[in-house]
Amino acid sequence: MTDPVVIVGAAMGGLRTAESLRRAGYAGPIQMIGEELHAPYNRPPLSKDVLASAVTHDAVAFPPRAETADVEWMLGARATSVDLTAHTVTTDDDAVTPYTALVIATGLRPRRLDFPTQVGRHAVRTLDDAMALRDELVRGARVVVIGSGFLGCELAATATKLGCTVTVVTPSVEPMVRPLGAMLSHDLRLRLEAEGVTFVLGATVAGLDDGVVLADGTAIPADVVIEAIGSDCNSEWLADSGLDLSDGVLADNALRAVTIDGTAHDDVYVVGDIARFPNPMFDDVARRVEHWNIPTDTGRRAGTVLGAALGGDLAAAVAVPFTPMPSFWSNQFDLKLQAYGLPGLGDPDDVRILEGALGGDVAVGYYRDDRLVGVVGVGLKAALLPYRQQIATGVRPGA
Amino acid sequence: MTIKIDVDMSLCQHYGQCVFEAPEVFTLNADDKLEYVAEADESLRHNVEAAVDVCPMQAIRIVE
Repeated sequence: MTDPVVIVGAAMGGLRTAESLRRAGYAGPIQMIGEELHAPYNRPPLSKDVLASAVTHDAVAFPPRAETADVEWMLGARATSVDLTAHTVTTDDDAVTPYTALVIATGLRPRRLDFPTQVGRHAVRTLDDAMALRDELVRGARVVVIGSGFLGCELAATATKLGCTVTVVTPSVEPMVRPLGAMLSHDLRLRLEAEGVTFVLGATVAGLDDGVVLADGTAIPADVVIEAIGSDCNSEWLADSGLDLSDGVLADNALRAVTIDGTAHDDVYVVGDIARFPNPMFDDVARRVEHWNIPTDTGRRAGTVLGAALGGDLAAAVAVPFTPMPSFWSNQFDLKLQAYGLPGLGDPDDVRILEGALGGDVAVGYYRDDRLVGVVGVGLKAALLPYRQQIATGVRPGA
Repeated sequence: MTIKIDVDMSLCQHYGQCVFEAPEVFTLNADDKLEYVAEADESLRHNVEAAVDVCPMQAIRIVE
């Protein structure tokens, strides 16, 4: 019997890769290795509606599909090393699994602050994280969220809705400022403050002691501290592989893993948040994109190319350019944000209001060299679609 | 052969991601509300599955 395609990382990206492999005609064995005990599930609700109600696997699980019913699952096992020459993956139970092809989909973990206090500290990435936090978000609890990205702001909104008193502490000048720019992030802060969230901007955390102590000595008492300060890539298990791990795992546009000497492996692929790949929609710079659509889009791409490689027609699949449209959304109170493209790529001095006005429904455009590279809508949906097309093609339909 | 499509409208936030994957089935109307046909030809199954995948609220399902 031939060795399986081994997918390391049993979350959304790994699942979509397996499904796509089957669609591409690969009928051989597939083995999924995952550290979490849960079958793949949808993470975004863990900071939003599911956290606000009941946190259960059923509420977020992806429905199983017939085409991947024969996938072998190895859950509760963490990959510790790989040998790209011998074609084997080693896991923390000392099992050595041989592979025909390898898919790297180990994703991210929350970055944590380095303080000795452990009591009352939370981060939210996994279902288990959300379950643990949910138990503490009781009415009247004092919550400090450290970090003001999308996740931090969503958690602040959800905790406020649950009756907690919420303070967001951040070194940034405005929440969500890196992806959204100064103008829109300022507008959104005013709206979040009007809903009852307190922001402490430009602040550095110096310690955790019955709450949060800031560098200027200010103490903010807290029952619950949530760290939402970004993520680190789960790439340590690849340390001796020879792959380029300078930020995530470097891949080419076909999502084949690339070594430090620039060689792409035809039998090793990278999927999801950990993949740093070029997207010709923008330029030839390889980037990691931590948006929700990326595990699905990269999983489909890797499954298609790998399926073609195993079927003997790699070149044709590689020749098709991969140009996924980055997209993300965020719900905070009644604010519904949706974005397309990479707003963070735009020139900070060229941000334009495309529709509506700040304070209400609004669409904001982000331009690089006079070309639209990102659009963010607040409360707008269909009105964004022509701009989405403009980002992809350079031309807005009907303009 | 046809497939049956169900959207949980209590979950749907009308983001319209599905419209790109299966425009034959899903549309956003002038009021930014999702409209869809509840039954489609089997040949559209892969497109509808793609729409299921990209729904941020995971509100779409194919009724088997």
